[in-house]
Amino acid sequence: MKILVCISKSPDTTSKIAFTDGDSKFDENGVQYIVNPYDEWYALVRALEIKEANGGSVTIVTVGTATDDTVIRKALAIGADEAVRIDSEPTDAYFVAMQIAEYAKSNAFDMVLTGKETINYNGSQVGGMIAAGMDLPFISLASKLEVNGSTAKLETETIGGLEVVEVDLPAVISCAKGMAEQRIPNMRGIMAARTKPLNVVAPVPFESLTSFESYALPDIKSACKMIDPNNMDELVELLHQEAKVI
Amino acid sequence: MSIVVYINSNNGLAKSALEAVTYGNKLDGDVIAVTCGSADESVLSSLGDYGASKVLVDRSVNSNDSMQIANVLKTAVEATGAKTIIFSHDLIAKAVAPRLSVMLKAGLVSGAIDVPNGDTVQVNVFSGKAFGNVKISTDLKIISLLPNSFQPESGGSACPVEEFNGNAGEAKIRVIDSKKPEGDVPLPEAELVVSAGRGLKGPENWDMIEDLAVTLGAATACSRPVADIGWRPHHEHVGQTGVAIRPNLYIAAGISGAIQHLAGVNGSKVIVVVNTDEEAPFFKAADYGVVGDAFEVIPRLNEAIKKFKAAN
Ligand SMILES: Cc1cc2nc3c(=O)[nH]c(=O)nc-3n(C[C@H](O)[C@H](O)[C@H](O)COP(=O)(O)OP(=O)(O)OC[C@H]3O[C@@H](n4cnc5c(N)ncnc54)[C@H](O)[C@@H]3O)c2cc1C
Repeated sequence: MKILVCISKSPDTTSKIAFTDGDSKFDENGVQYIVNPYDEWYALVRALEIKEANGGSVTIVTVGTATDDTVIRKALAIGADEAVRIDSEPTDAYFVAMQIAEYAKSNAFDMVLTGKETINYNGSQVGGMIAAGMDLPFISLASKLEVNGSTAKLETETIGGLEVVEVDLPAVISCAKGMAEQRIPNMRGIMAARTKPLNVVAPVPFESLTSFESYALPDIKSACKMIDPNNMDELVELLHQEAKVI
Repeated sequence: MSIVVYINSNNGLAKSALEAVTYGNKLDGDVIAVTCGSADESVLSSLGDYGASKVLVDRSVNSNDSMQIANVLKTAVEATGAKTIIFSHDLIAKAVAPRLSVMLKAGLVSGAIDVPNGDTVQVNVFSGKAFGNVKISTDLKIISLLPNSFQPESGGSACPVEEFNGNAGEAKIRVIDSKKPEGDVPLPEAELVVSAGRGLKGPENWDMIEDLAVTLGAATACSRPVADIGWRPHHEHVGQTGVAIRPNLYIAAGISGAIQHLAGVNGSKVIVVVNTDEEAPFFKAADYGVVGDAFEVIPRLNEAIKKFKAAN
């Protein structure tokens, strides 16, 4: 079983979100990057579990520049065999997905896994686009994945419900909560990650279809109104009269 | 110019479907709703109330197979000459819209919260901590609308429903089993949400949260640790690594208000926080705060709302 796991970096969840250059760029000042939690906790860990049970290999891939190598090493420390960095700024989801699709097509993977979405752009786009680029089926937001020979059995969230589906491999799968438990890298993993192969490959020419022009922060809330815990009638009155939500 | 709006009608028409048609109607063009499956014609024709001029339905597709739905939409876009395709940003859209984007080479914006301004659409980014303005550089545009960003507006009349052959192709995904939605209100669509965290001490104490939700007609949610330790189902987990919601009212009991939790809920119009600790960070993000024990305050609030409902 040859598995490709797509990894994105995202700002540490405690990062202060701010913008520079006339609000046109994310302010990276003092921001620590981590492996996007959905990619790491669910896609990567499940891929490793499948490899541990069935044999095979786990490759991680990211589209990024040399500054992303530290994040790639973090993912390697969790246990992937090797990493591939497609050497380009990730300009939009379409561009990123087309790069990964081109790479994956020429390397015969049985499965391509992504996280459900990144926690910075929340697009949930890359997995479906890779599948389209490779003309493969796509199962989105899977919360369980079992492999049986050349078929995969998955549980996916539907709106409020659940669906169990089966698909012949190869396929592209986006991974959501429930897939696996987060793994904390140990010292051996971190040491081993330093010497694992990190192959840098050149991007293929593709244009972007979208671009972020500017950003804005939400208005700051005015001070919170404190209500006496013994007077819930007052709260109800405020929710009705002032906030008009009930 | 036509606008194609994809509608999932498998479990009747969700509020988010009506929102998507309403949104399409705010743009400049003739709104054509496209759907698959076996929904009754009378149900589908009611989309006219929200601004659809007609509904195209492909009865050959009976699952949520994203390849088939994308094929049907591609055929519909080509048949109608539509330049804009609208989705509600739900689980099906998350699989279909990216595929269609590649098939049509149409720029995709997901999580839109406003109508486009020229070629630019406002979206939620950083899990609700900021907004971004995304420019689509292609002529064909796909917009996936964040639920609860627009209220459905009716006022039109029933529209014609036409059978449509969308050249769906074969399903590659075999559905073995499915569990229909249990709760009444899916969390991302809920207008009122009652949520609780580790401060509730154990799963046996959730009755009061559910009672309050029933009184209000609200959905229930929870913080991440509560879902992780299995006190509550995973789909209730809201926050940066859970569901992002933007209800009209979010009531949080026994949740500290960690930055990752706030990320998923700070799009809420009004936030009420109940916490024993007056220093809890959640109060900074709240509109109304109650410093007190949730075990006393929540039942009291429930009674007060019952009294209010009886009187109004
Ligand atoms: C990468 C990452 C991603 C994360 N993503 C998420 C996410 O998506 N969603 C999320 O929620 N968290 C997330 N977290 C976890 C987050 O940091 C917090 O740990 C979590 O939100 C805390 O949950 P809590 O408020 O229920 O519990 P606690 O922090 O333990 O807070 C419990 C609160 O209850 C109050 N309390 C206690 N007893 C009572 C009582 N009787 N009545 C009223 N109040 C009482 C306490 O004063 C306290 O404020 C993430 C963390 C990381 C590192």
